[in-house]
Amino acid sequence: MARTGVLIEIENNAVKETTLGVMTAAAGHEIYALVLGKDVMAVKDKLAEYGAARIVTVTASGDMASSPDLQAQAVAAAVKEFKLENLLGTASATGKDLFARIAAILDEPLVSDCVQVNIADKTVKKSHFSGKTFATLKVNGSILLCTLRPNSIDPVAAPAAGEIIEFAADVADPGQIKIVETRKAGTEKLDLTEAPIVITGGRAIKAAENYKMLEACAQKIGAAVGASRAAVDAGFAPHSMQVGQTGKTVSPKLYIACGVSGAVQHFAGMKTSKVIVAINEDKDAPIFSKCDYGIVGDIFEVIPVLTEKL
Amino acid sequence: MKICVCVKHVPDTAATIRLAGNNGFEDGEIKFVSNPYDEYGVEEAVSLVEKQGGEVVIITVGKAAAAATIRGAMAMGAHRAILVKTDSQFLDSSLTARALKAVMEQDGLPDMIFTGKGSVDTESFQTQYRLAKSLGLPIVNEVSKLVIDNGKAVAERETGGGEKQVIEMRLPCVIGATKGLNEPRYPKFPDIMKAKKKQIKEMDLSDLGIDVSQGRVMIEKLEIIPERSGAKMLTGSVDDQVTELVRILKEDEKVL
Repeated sequence: MARTGVLIEIENNAVKETTLGVMTAAAGHEIYALVLGKDVMAVKDKLAEYGAARIVTVTASGDMASSPDLQAQAVAAAVKEFKLENLLGTASATGKDLFARIAAILDEPLVSDCVQVNIADKTVKKSHFSGKTFATLKVNGSILLCTLRPNSIDPVAAPAAGEIIEFAADVADPGQIKIVETRKAGTEKLDLTEAPIVITGGRAIKAAENYKMLEACAQKIGAAVGASRAAVDAGFAPHSMQVGQTGKTVSPKLYIACGVSGAVQHFAGMKTSKVIVAINEDKDAPIFSKCDYGIVGDIFEVIPVLTEKL
Repeated sequence: MKICVCVKHVPDTAATIRLAGNNGFEDGEIKFVSNPYDEYGVEEAVSLVEKQGGEVVIITVGKAAAAATIRGAMAMGAHRAILVKTDSQFLDSSLTARALKAVMEQDGLPDMIFTGKGSVDTESFQTQYRLAKSLGLPIVNEVSKLVIDNGKAVAERETGGGEKQVIEMRLPCVIGATKGLNEPRYPKFPDIMKAKKKQIKEMDLSDLGIDVSQGRVMIEKLEIIPERSGAKMLTGSVDDQVTELVRILKEDEKVL
């Protein structure tokens, strides 16, 4: 049993589903759930249910919310204080950024965006070459730092004590960067990289307003809506929705590509999805040779029927 | 203004990767390119220097063949380059960061450093953070908009769900570039010719006192992720096809 920290991500007063998957990846070890901030009342039961032996509230003097460096300093201090042998987190935008800062502070090896971690062996498995290969890496540091690709591991409850410990880190903000503004998104509801289901519209979507059709479908099944590079370049969708190389990497349990031709750069961003469905008017579209289920048809006919039947 | 841009030489995403041995790949036959995200960094650096004066220095840690990628960045307008040669495509990020730092200290510290947000080969997303930390500089990664004014940088960074953060810092700083920052230029023929005459200073990793055996992350095994073959194509009317798809996703695949 290794003392294993899991950096907890919380959204709308609930532990993110992807974070619960990370806790499951650490099952069998002594889990320290590290929560930034003091308030854990809303999440403590869930954390205990999914294996947290200890729930550590990590605070520091200064404005943590506006300083990723201060957050990283505080977590790094917690790693030392509790003599953690591993620190796991989610490969979300925030998780990847924070872990890279923590790894640099601790000068310990980090592996980002893993699909598997074996804590006992100190090995991890992750994509190399944009989803073309898996690499198994051996990590020889005093601490294993690792972020896991969202949805790689299904959360499984494994109740533990969930003892709450307050930890005030004695660290100072280097004061080098400051978040001065956070702009909420207009259109997207769910985070693409963490959504369990992703529906993507390609060039065949023809116009920005037609994404409403995909959003209606997505809303019914808790999916996020993405776009192909062709659709983004044509101005139908913002870059924040782009899936693939130069966009986001997603790995949902279900990926539905609507009117996406299936360029290799697109696959680079969604190849590790569990099930890939393609809907395309062109029966010769490359995507059909690399997906699990295909429907040849006009997305404007197929999607409304799909939305109705889901 | 002196700007360093760290550029990595990586296999083209369209290239077919063939394995060699347990943990290597055949790199002789396939096409290599500049890491796509690094090109946004090169473009930003070159256009800043075009406006404010100064020089853009490309720094690459990679195999000798990386010179071709460096020429591409020079054709975009970078002035000179330093190539730290390695024997393998795979170098622990900590060592790459140490090499970059050593080179920058030798060459004179820059006013700004650009990298890509990550590389498309090893997808490690950390070298720039280690470099920044070791030089004591601020870093913001995945920057899609940047304004430099009066020694201050204001960067926009995308987080989850389309949310954006606006982050301020002083120069010098490290910026990890991503799409949206700019449109990298396509070099014209005269620029390509001019780039051939620009200087690439070469050295070995060992010249910087770095030994690959100091790496703490080792590749034990590489394996090809199999392509899906032969999708199950649904048949019948639109209604039939969709009904069958929903049944499969619910009952067989259990993903709904």
